[in-house]
Amino acid sequence: MSAPTGQSLHPGLNLGEEHGDDHLEAETSVFGFWVFMMSDLVTFGMFFAVFATTVPLACCPGPKELFDFGSIAWQTAFLLLSSVTSGMAVLTMKQEHGGRGACTKKLVFWLLLTVLLGCGFLYREISDFISMATAGGPPTRSGYLSALWSLVGLHGLHVTGGIIWCLVIVVGVLVRGVDRRWKLALLRWAVFWHFLDVVWIFIFSFVFLGGLL
Amino acid sequence: MFEALFGRLTWDSIILVQEFEDPNLNTFITAGAAAMLPVGGALVVALLFWMKWWKPLFEWLTSVDHKKIGTMYIIFAVIMLFRGVVEGILMRVNQAVGLNGGFLSSDHFNQLFTTHGTNMIFFVAMPFLIGLINIVVPLQIGARDVAFPKLNQISLGLTAVGGFLIMISLLVGEFSTGGWTGYPSFTGRLINPGVGPDYYILSIGIAGLGSTLTGVNFAVTIYKMRTAGMSFMRMPLFTWTALCTSILLIFAMPPLTACCLMLGLDRYLGFHFFTNDMGGNLMNYINLFWMFGHPEVYILILPAFGVMSEIAATFSGKRLYGYVGLVAATMCIAVLSFMVWLHHFFTMGQSTTVNAAFGIATLLIAIPTGVKIYDWLATLWGGRVRFTTPMLYLCGFFVLFAIGGLSGVILANPTLDYQLHNSLFLVAHFHNVIIPGTLFGVLAGIYYWFPKIYGFRLLDGYSRITAFLWAFGFILAFLPLYQVGMMGMTRRTVAYENPALVPWMVVSGIGALFLGLAFTFVLLTLWRSVVNRKKLMVPFGDPWDGRTLEWWTPAPTPEWNFAVLPKVDGRDAFTEAKAKGTAYQPIEKYEDIEMPANTYYGLIIAALGSGLGFGLVWYMWWLAIICFLGCIVTVITYAFLPERKKIISAAEVREIDEAWRRAARESRGVTRDDECNEANQGLARPDIITNP
Repeated sequence: MSAPTGQSLHPGLNLGEEHGDDHLEAETSVFGFWVFMMSDLVTFGMFFAVFATTVPLACCPGPKELFDFGSIAWQTAFLLLSSVTSGMAVLTMKQEHGGRGACTKKLVFWLLLTVLLGCGFLYREISDFISMATAGGPPTRSGYLSALWSLVGLHGLHVTGGIIWCLVIVVGVLVRGVDRRWKLALLRWAVFWHFLDVVWIFIFSFVFLGGLL
Repeated sequence: MFEALFGRLTWDSIILVQEFEDPNLNTFITAGAAAMLPVGGALVVALLFWMKWWKPLFEWLTSVDHKKIGTMYIIFAVIMLFRGVVEGILMRVNQAVGLNGGFLSSDHFNQLFTTHGTNMIFFVAMPFLIGLINIVVPLQIGARDVAFPKLNQISLGLTAVGGFLIMISLLVGEFSTGGWTGYPSFTGRLINPGVGPDYYILSIGIAGLGSTLTGVNFAVTIYKMRTAGMSFMRMPLFTWTALCTSILLIFAMPPLTACCLMLGLDRYLGFHFFTNDMGGNLMNYINLFWMFGHPEVYILILPAFGVMSEIAATFSGKRLYGYVGLVAATMCIAVLSFMVWLHHFFTMGQSTTVNAAFGIATLLIAIPTGVKIYDWLATLWGGRVRFTTPMLYLCGFFVLFAIGGLSGVILANPTLDYQLHNSLFLVAHFHNVIIPGTLFGVLAGIYYWFPKIYGFRLLDGYSRITAFLWAFGFILAFLPLYQVGMMGMTRRTVAYENPALVPWMVVSGIGALFLGLAFTFVLLTLWRSVVNRKKLMVPFGDPWDGRTLEWWTPAPTPEWNFAVLPKVDGRDAFTEAKAKGTAYQPIEKYEDIEMPANTYYGLIIAALGSGLGFGLVWYMWWLAIICFLGCIVTVITYAFLPERKKIISAAEVREIDEAWRRAARESRGVTRDDECNEANQGLARPDIITNP
């Protein structure tokens, strides 16, 4: 449903006048997704809150034994960089797909690069989980470990979902072209992907840095 | 092999089998309830074949029309209300004869209060209100549909999954015995390893996800889909309360999702979020649950306040008094609702300072609520009040809800709460706000908007009797509980030993029977009205001399709602148009209308979600995995399927709309004296001098 004309559109939500009706359509669709993200943020907030109330128990290894700071630095680098590449993808779409028939190769390149970086993040995160489990820190050992695993794991699941979503978009634009549906999907996915970055910054600061310092 | 296929589901899990193994009154009741499912299901299927209703059924189930989805929510809620009322009657009757033990086993009684609470909150009150919001909000803001029609269908599907799980637990296995709040560690794996808490987590977790999506959908609808000129301060008050409810759903459902997930991880994978050992902390659950649970209370009451506002204005023929104050009060309540959750557990070990802070915050809520009540009273003041059925509910609400609110003020004081918490005083309090508040609001709203959507009024006499029965039954059933609560009787107790309580419990049990009668009258009203619908038709669509946009359409409202989207230049736009005599003037130009086509999306998600939930409850991992992957595949598939639209041609719209307008111009309409007579065709003669 298009927004009534004359109503001011929110900057950052839409595509630009040259995208015609898609521009108006983005208003409702992307705004809706922002609202959903707010809701998701509360879910993360709850996991953060529970994590904040737990303390490492003497029985099991604590942050110093479990966290591999080098690996976490890599994960952070992968994810932040992937946010840049996802931004490039959206800019490409906004600037080059206003009309019809623009080349989708560049768009797909940035998207696949983002997927690659996301997979790099997941690879390091999963290896960290495995080494934590083998070092005597599986989530079933203590309340602290449960909260840690589920907070970081919830973020990891979101990243997995984001990667699958991105791949679907890649297939979509290759099969169907960069039409309204995939433009809007891309805009929403970009909000999602940046959101995961923000959440990661909090996890990095409070869970990992906070645990090590 | 058997275990891989059926998980922990065995022959003995089926309730009907247990009846044969150990026959007594208690198992007879459980078996009777369990038998309702297959028998009821078979009857429904037989009816569908007999009436050849399969095609219309699927027409409805695949519809994305907000009015049909709203109707399905309400039908669902009525079915669940039947179960909830029967459970309530069983418990109250058991207490009435329960000195030194009634006829129910304690485990059965525990399941009853758990399902009664869970069911009434999540599968009766919420679907009722979300159904009303679905039906009314797009009409009130002058829109043709909601922002995301398919998402709306999915929300309904997910709610139905929750309902399916709580219903199937009647037949297979058992439900949780931990109360509707499901506190661990009682619902933890160590103490309660059975399927009950798993049914509980999954039913409210999945339904909660649907509610979150509903919140998103309606917030966006109200923000983005308003018709030209419908600024925020021109929105009808029901839409305002729907907006606040949506915001509450967006922010309050995630804590529920989070605590269900965590309890699930504890139970399924042996995590230590809420266990007693290894650094688990059950207070975290209680905090998370009530961070959802308190705003939930206002999710339940705010739309009812909205209905009351519409009714007060319409049935006194007067502009709503204190509109700005009512909007501000609604917003205040919505914000404050997030700051008071701790009053649900004053006794659980916080310092007095913390208790005092939350006690004061709770008392503050009484201020905006008081503002509202005075605004409604002032709306009636000097108006030409017609004592129609909704007005009866409003009057009942004024008196009874005020009592409930005041008992809430008593409980908000931590020192008094130490005496009264976990007693039947509390049970009396929350029934006293939910029945005269939410339920009266919903029933009044259904009576009020029913002719709009289905084209005929509900029979007046039956509706009035129903209203009196609800009020009378409520007074008998719950006011005595205040007294026994103060005498020290705790809630959730199957038996008691103090004979002084007996007379009160007997009165309460009789009241519960009256509530059952009231529910019967709801169905009876509906049935008699459907039978007599020819006499009750209101084709012009404005039977109550309405003030807001939803009355500016024929009844039943066509699928596209408005032939041409109305332009608004004030509050109560329809009343103004009627006063100026411009309401039914011909329209020059009609355009093709594009509506979303039917889709199986929601139905598929509901089926797969049910399989996922059932598989997880019974450890049938293959089923859970298949259904989960199925959900993902469905979502991806629908991302590729072309968007199908129905086009309704301008000519067709013109034909219907012009006929309606012409007939309305040529008819005289009825005065308010004939409002509840057969003469009422849904066209209001402007006989009341309104003060615009």
